[in-house]
Amino acid sequence: MSTEPAESGTESLLEAKDLELWRGERRLFSQLSLSLGTGELLHITGANGCGKTSLLRVLCGLTLPETGEVSWRGQRVMRNRADYHAEMAYIGHRESLKGELSARENLSFDLQLRHALSPEDIDQALDRVGLARARDVMARGLSAGQKRRVSLARALASRARLWVLDEPYTNLDVPGRDFVDQMMSAHLATNGLVLLVAHQSHGVTGGRIRQLELA
Amino acid sequence: MEVPGLGQAFALQVGRDMRLAFRHLGQLANPLMFFIMVTTLFPLALNPSPQLLEAIAPGVVWVAALLASLLASESLFRQDVDDGTMEQLALSPQPLALMLLAKTAAHWLMTGLPLVLVSPIVAYGLFLPQEAVPVTMGALALATPILSLIGGMMAALTVGLRRGGGLLSLLILPIAMPVLIFGARATDLAMTGLESVGAIYLLAALLLLAMSLSPFAMAAAMRISLD
Repeated sequence: MSTEPAESGTESLLEAKDLELWRGERRLFSQLSLSLGTGELLHITGANGCGKTSLLRVLCGLTLPETGEVSWRGQRVMRNRADYHAEMAYIGHRESLKGELSARENLSFDLQLRHALSPEDIDQALDRVGLARARDVMARGLSAGQKRRVSLARALASRARLWVLDEPYTNLDVPGRDFVDQMMSAHLATNGLVLLVAHQSHGVTGGRIRQLELA
Repeated sequence: MEVPGLGQAFALQVGRDMRLAFRHLGQLANPLMFFIMVTTLFPLALNPSPQLLEAIAPGVVWVAALLASLLASESLFRQDVDDGTMEQLALSPQPLALMLLAKTAAHWLMTGLPLVLVSPIVAYGLFLPQEAVPVTMGALALATPILSLIGGMMAALTVGLRRGGGLLSLLILPIAMPVLIFGARATDLAMTGLESVGAIYLLAALLLLAMSLSPFAMAAAMRISLD
């Protein structure tokens, strides 16, 4: 199971070699290699429970695979977490928001750990995802779709090169889904990288799109 | 890209946790209420003669403080892991050890420091001689952060388990024993008018040890729990 290496011309930033992961008695994947270069999107698909999220967590450096290694700019991720994570934004299937903090407070904390930013940067990101009026609402008062939009704003404002998105379309309405597609297309156009796990097909245009089906 | 410095990240984390804690104060008051209740129940249940209370005061104060910290440590990382913010923290460019140390520091400010501050009142209720009060406060000020750090280490280890509560106390209590022994000893020595500085120094040494080593243990344990 492997995807063809990046075509010549684009440098490959994220590389994974011979990954193998077991969960309990079950082998989720083995000998999985992939690489992702600038302006590329890798769409990971597969049936429920086949290990898509686990693969993403391995690629993020959250889960240690049984064998194999993940590297970013030629350096092993496990040895250089800080460098890798400074360039990566992750949207998991949980929203990672504190219910007792407003959308703005949540983002301001998460983003200030990454880089210096002004309050306008956050407002701008929240405006872009359509939450201009809900900026100061406590996160627990937001709807599931609005929470997802806050997560999207976090990725947008993170200035990360690599976006790791686990089912970003969940809970979003039709304009919201279109927005995610646009957001990814724009990110690819500025030489960003996207790792996408989604059941449905995406509407990303431009960039180089590849697909990996997990069995 | 310029990643903010460690001091700034530490301050951000402490600030956020304090803000969250102030938004639900009720939960915060639990360990403090526990501490006050246990120490006031003893005089009610026992023969309230000053001699008896004075004799048991060091033990009661220290056991109550230990149990109150134990009670508090369960909630240290639970919520963050449940709502996924811990995942984002583990994926931030800041070292996880530092961020967890900051979380523990904020936790101590909200649960440990109040114990230190009310201890003179509690000591008064137990007829603890006045000359032992400053020493007890000092010893508690050193001991409660140690207990928070030990609690943090064990909480990080058990947070991945659904029902880690019982296991948590089992893990914390044996390691917390030296703190209890030296703390109660400091109060005891001060009561009898002896030099208690030795016990205080030992507590200070334990605090330094805990501060320097536990963040790394916490981070390693948390990564395992998040796996």
